[in-house]
Amino acid sequence: MSLVLAGATLALIVCTLLALLRAALGPTVFDRLQAANTVGTSAMMLLALFGFLFGRPEFLDLAITYGLLNVIGVIAVLKFFRQGDLGAAGASTEKKP
Amino acid sequence: MSLLVDIASALCLIAGAFFCLVGAWGLLRMPDFYTRVHAASVLETLGADLILLGLALQAGLTLVAVKLLMIGLLIFFASPTASHALVRAALLSGIKPLLATADSGEASSKP
Repeated sequence: MSLVLAGATLALIVCTLLALLRAALGPTVFDRLQAANTVGTSAMMLLALFGFLFGRPEFLDLAITYGLLNVIGVIAVLKFFRQGDLGAAGASTEKKP
Repeated sequence: MSLLVDIASALCLIAGAFFCLVGAWGLLRMPDFYTRVHAASVLETLGADLILLGLALQAGLTLVAVKLLMIGLLIFFASPTASHALVRAALLSGIKPLLATADSGEASSKP
């Protein structure tokens, strides 16, 4: 059973490396953002698997925090690149013309 | 009974790791931004939830399983929301899908 956990951990490390490669050579900023989101999800799974592999399930709290920060971070960076300001009022896409 | 749960957990973990590898490989190899998001969504929903299901089968009925369920619900709802916001922002900023320009243009792109 520990062998399966170690194999899944190795596969997720490979996933993180592939997503980092995409973030390094992505043409647009959205490619890099998607790669960052994928790295975040892989890191959550890695935290959970490490917790089970080493017998310390307290790492799951770190995984929950990481997931919340991941989603909020992606939305915040999107808003920053769209409007140049994190405090700008929303709903500027419908009434632009 | 314990052996059966172990086998189901191992199958879920192996399938989740396989889907994660497929999603990351598609994120690297796909030709277009939208297809890359499509490939990465496989990792973020199916692969992650299968791995969490495998871990929850090992944990049994404890507090750890509740935490795993919370992580699963968070991923299941928040990750497609982030992907949708990303794709919408990319579409509004003027990135065209690859087939919309290689095909016959505006005549067939909007049915």
